[in-house]
Amino acid sequence: MSNASSPKLSQAQMLELINTDITTGVGKKIPHEAAERHVTGEALYIDDRVEFANQLHLYPVLSEVAHGLIKHIDISQCKDVAGVECVMLAQDIPGNPDIGPVLAGDPLMAADKVEYIGQVIAVVVATSHAIARRAAALVKVDISPLKAILQVKEAHALKHYVLEPHTHTIGNANAALANATHKLKGEFEIGGQEHFYLETQICSTVPTEEGGMLVYSSTQHPSEVQKLVAQVIDVPLNKISVDMRRMGGGFGGKETQAAQPACLAALASHLTNKPCKMRLERKQDMCMTGKRHPFIIQYQVGFDQQGLLSGLKLDLLADCGYSPDLSGSIVDRAMFHSDNAYYLGNAIITGYRCKTNRASNTAYRGFGGPQGMVAIESIMDHIARFLNRDPLSIRKLNYYQKDQRNITHYGQKVEGNLLEEMTAQLELSSDYDNRRQQIIAFNKKHPFMRKGMALTPVKFGISFTATFLNQGGALINIYTDGSIQLNHGGTEMGQGLNTKVAQVVAEEFQVDIGNIVITATHTDKVPNTSPTAASSGADINGKAAQNAARTIKSRLIKFAQSHYQVTAAQIRFVNNHVVLDKQVITFVELIQQAYFGQISLSSTGFYRTPKIFYDRDKAHGTPFYYFAFGMACSEVIIDTLTGEYKVLRTDILHDVGDSLNPRIDLGQVEGAFVQGMGWMTTEELKWDDSGRLLTCNPMSYKIPAITDTPNDFRVKLVENRKNPEDTVYHSKAVGEPPFMLGISVWCALKDAVASLGDYKIQPIMNSPATPEVVLFAAEKMRREVADV
Amino acid sequence: MIEFLLNNKIVRLADIDPNTTVLEYLRDQQRVGTKEGCASGDCGACTVVTAELDTQQQLSYKNINACITFIGAMHGKQLITIEDLKSGNNLHSTQLAMVDTDGSQCGFCTPGFVMSLFSLQKHQKTYDRATVQQSLAGNLCRCTGYKAIDNAAQQALTCPASDQFDAAKEQTKQSLKQISSNSEACPSIGKNNNICHLPQDAQSLADLLIQYPQCTLVAGSTDLAIEVTQNAKEFNHLISTAYVSELKQTTITEQQISIGAAVTLNQCQHLLHQPFPDFASLLERFASLQVRNQGTLAGNIANASPIGDTPPALIALNAHMILRCANTQRSELVEDFVVDYRKTTLASSEFIEKIVIPIPQHDFHFKIYKVSKRLDDDISAICVANYLCLDAAGKVSEIRLAYGGMAAIAKRAVQTEAALLGKTWNEANIEAALLKLSDDFQPLSDFRASNQYRMLCAQNLLRKFFYETPHSSEMTDNTHLATDIGGKMNMRISDYV
Repeated sequence: MSNASSPKLSQAQMLELINTDITTGVGKKIPHEAAERHVTGEALYIDDRVEFANQLHLYPVLSEVAHGLIKHIDISQCKDVAGVECVMLAQDIPGNPDIGPVLAGDPLMAADKVEYIGQVIAVVVATSHAIARRAAALVKVDISPLKAILQVKEAHALKHYVLEPHTHTIGNANAALANATHKLKGEFEIGGQEHFYLETQICSTVPTEEGGMLVYSSTQHPSEVQKLVAQVIDVPLNKISVDMRRMGGGFGGKETQAAQPACLAALASHLTNKPCKMRLERKQDMCMTGKRHPFIIQYQVGFDQQGLLSGLKLDLLADCGYSPDLSGSIVDRAMFHSDNAYYLGNAIITGYRCKTNRASNTAYRGFGGPQGMVAIESIMDHIARFLNRDPLSIRKLNYYQKDQRNITHYGQKVEGNLLEEMTAQLELSSDYDNRRQQIIAFNKKHPFMRKGMALTPVKFGISFTATFLNQGGALINIYTDGSIQLNHGGTEMGQGLNTKVAQVVAEEFQVDIGNIVITATHTDKVPNTSPTAASSGADINGKAAQNAARTIKSRLIKFAQSHYQVTAAQIRFVNNHVVLDKQVITFVELIQQAYFGQISLSSTGFYRTPKIFYDRDKAHGTPFYYFAFGMACSEVIIDTLTGEYKVLRTDILHDVGDSLNPRIDLGQVEGAFVQGMGWMTTEELKWDDSGRLLTCNPMSYKIPAITDTPNDFRVKLVENRKNPEDTVYHSKAVGEPPFMLGISVWCALKDAVASLGDYKIQPIMNSPATPEVVLFAAEKMRREVADV
Repeated sequence: MIEFLLNNKIVRLADIDPNTTVLEYLRDQQRVGTKEGCASGDCGACTVVTAELDTQQQLSYKNINACITFIGAMHGKQLITIEDLKSGNNLHSTQLAMVDTDGSQCGFCTPGFVMSLFSLQKHQKTYDRATVQQSLAGNLCRCTGYKAIDNAAQQALTCPASDQFDAAKEQTKQSLKQISSNSEACPSIGKNNNICHLPQDAQSLADLLIQYPQCTLVAGSTDLAIEVTQNAKEFNHLISTAYVSELKQTTITEQQISIGAAVTLNQCQHLLHQPFPDFASLLERFASLQVRNQGTLAGNIANASPIGDTPPALIALNAHMILRCANTQRSELVEDFVVDYRKTTLASSEFIEKIVIPIPQHDFHFKIYKVSKRLDDDISAICVANYLCLDAAGKVSEIRLAYGGMAAIAKRAVQTEAALLGKTWNEANIEAALLKLSDDFQPLSDFRASNQYRMLCAQNLLRKFFYETPHSSEMTDNTHLATDIGGKMNMRISDYV
């Protein structure tokens, strides 16, 4: 439309056009807005930007000691290396030296104390990455070691916490447990997870003439980077601009922890008045930054002869690393999801935020929810083994119901419950019953291979549990050629947020998405944004953009009424055109006329999520606007001689409400499942006794490769179930919920091991279930069977 | 000076540090579509494609990891990067396939995937899942879960249009021939007191090694370059074996397979498929295709890693090597070559000419088992190669059980072998013999596996070997069992991929 040379259409031709829809609006299957630039290498990431002639590069000096006092830092040899501009230490920070996102505790550089191996002590700033790297090796740090706490249980025993424990209570769990027909208890470990975004943390900064900074940061939270940079170099926020076009993956790892390289680069720019860049090498990234929280789960559960839960005491011990970071909310979310799909009735759930001398663990897709969910799913399996029932029957028995047994342990009513109908659908489409019989037959025949299968549900609460974060902003500019520029507060990390928000705007104006350019997220355009996290991106920014579009649209309608002498009801925006009673004009023409009519063609939009509230002191409220549902049925085979395994088939049914873009949503579901499967299988983090991360590169840390995906992978979105809440076009959030579908693989592996004990004994299996873990679980099962 | 085609433009380099990786070179040239994801050859984000003339003077395309390839290795080749695939405004069919199937999300791994697909498309015009997985296992994607990328491969392989590279084929061949005929007898590059020689024949190589006994030999650089990118090491003098024509030779007779030191692992895979299918399967899982396209069998032996993966196989097959110093050759068994952790008998100025694998002239059983955390592109927790001959009475007449990951070097389970030699191949004897494994080995614990796991696996893998060979026990009747479960009775997880 912005193409001035396009032939002018006759009224008849235009009347024809308005009978058809735009092809790129909401719900349409269109590709990622940058797909063509991704595949050609034209999509630029921060490290791809042309460097300045006086560009400087940063390289950190990291602590080699998990806990200790810094006696002396000798930079004398380092600073004399040709090309080294300066060596930064904590004392060089003019402003606030702490970059903790919510609570203090994250020094930008260690000043007198180190608390983990990988903590930044000094940073070399030099004319090239290679020079900075060589020079950094010459910095000598003298640290007198203190006792390090590296085990969660040790921290818990010492009450060594980053934050106080917190409890959710419903009913009377103690009494219920005392009266329960059957009682079981158990304990197991859930490992952490490295984000392994393909693009490591990076930031590039350019000093501005006002003493401020232009910051290019690969961050999920530009506004927080802006705030922290301002605090570190001690200037007001209005002097800092943060620009974020795209990340090469985020997954939560760039929510708070992108701030450190950004603040360091900004500090270097501030001190040298030159453009600076800090790009972490893979190993540095893996050692310096936090991961998904490892958990220890301890439970006591009571249930009746049918397997119906009557009481639960659950302790969640989270390894938070050395500082609070977001552990408050993360462990809360683990607690919020310790029910998953099940009505708990009587429960006490306590979350402990243990402080250890490791990198500060942080947000990661699911934000604690997955760990809570694994806890209750394992309990379901335990009950099933005890009663010698198919675990799926125990799960179904305990599902939240629609009219009763529908209140969570934090007081929220479960509405729009799709559990039962989705399970029925997936059981049928996955041929669950037949395959269960075939698996049992196979297991009786093969000398050492065993198959297992599990169907596990997901119910995930959508909204930031820190209620104030549930706000979004957008800015739409329409130019005189009718082209639209769209900006919103969310960030694009591959999830297709920009595409979805552009679709919303295309739908509102009824113009093709090709006329909309989505610019980099920029704190100048939309200020005070929330992080792109908690799956909220499209929900809050899509609504904000919709509001901005509607503001402009209502101005246009008002203008058209007087200019074209029609009533509001006679005006329709259709397929790049505007119908004005009997006349049709192009959208461009209306824009041009509106401009001459002195109408503002720019508007901000704002949105805050309605209905939600939560009283943390009482641990009661409605913290979630709605729930997203999903389920997966996975079948695996294990080799009981080596513990190796393969996922043979996975069937997924996932609920995204009315999909804004089914192609993008399917990609989210598939990708999240595989990532969740990786977390529970091959992705193993190992530290040595001194607290050093041993699995600090992709040679030793194994995320799924293409061969690890299910041989037969069938993924479907639930159809004809729009979100009952008034979300953007009744869609649902999709970023995090499908991650937890990966739990089905872990449960299937346990099912395969349980076959060795004729399904009567719960296998003791930690996560991740590496081949070693599976083999030892199988060995233990064989011994127990032999002992009986 | 080295000379290569950057797409279709001739590049000549002399004044460049030989420690420079292809990735660094490209990004310095503002070819920033090629990404650094790990700088250790594990993620494939830096994948580029080279084309070179094969022995039939045809173009042979390979995807490689630019991050662990030294620039010297580009000599005489065409280097193709993501920037070169688009033709005018038209996407390449592999690029279009990735768009059509939503193969990209964050986009950072995407150029690498496209380059791997491009290379695959040059080799294969039909889709089969196994080959696609084989070809893409060295490209990690954290976003998509790979289903979309598999779909992209399907599209790219089932409707491949000929592209600008096919159209320019003759011209490219001509240019590469020209480069080859222009080439100096021993090209070299150097800067900052660092130098690399690329001798073209064995005599030059032998002479250089006599002249510079302190130099470092480099073949595919897939291990050596990691020293540079990960451990900040700088090599002052590299001498490459990759261009030595004699070292690129392979010969197969009825008695033996002889593999030159510069032959890549991927070539070995095809050579060894018969009569050692398990060896070929091991090589499939040895590393990513990018690494197998560069790395060599000789390099894998010479770096003397405790795992190695190919040494157990070579030891079990009783392979030997021909080593050369100046004009003197000697022969040594692979088994005797590695003496300790990262230590070999390779003398100063000596180099490996070839590896010779004897082909058994009688019935034999040869099985290799590799156990790792991840099925593909992972270093073994344990790797076992078993060679067995049974006499007419079902007694063990010859046995070699070689283990990687169980000690500081790959080595044979001597006492376990002794316990089986001359015995009937039956379950009781196996159960008795496998207790000897703990006399043979005291494995270590590391992040890959614990010592207990390694020992238990070692024992169980001997049991598995027993299941997989003909023997006289109730387990023999696998066919009967297979019929019962309605399919083949697979004995390994890799059979289920």
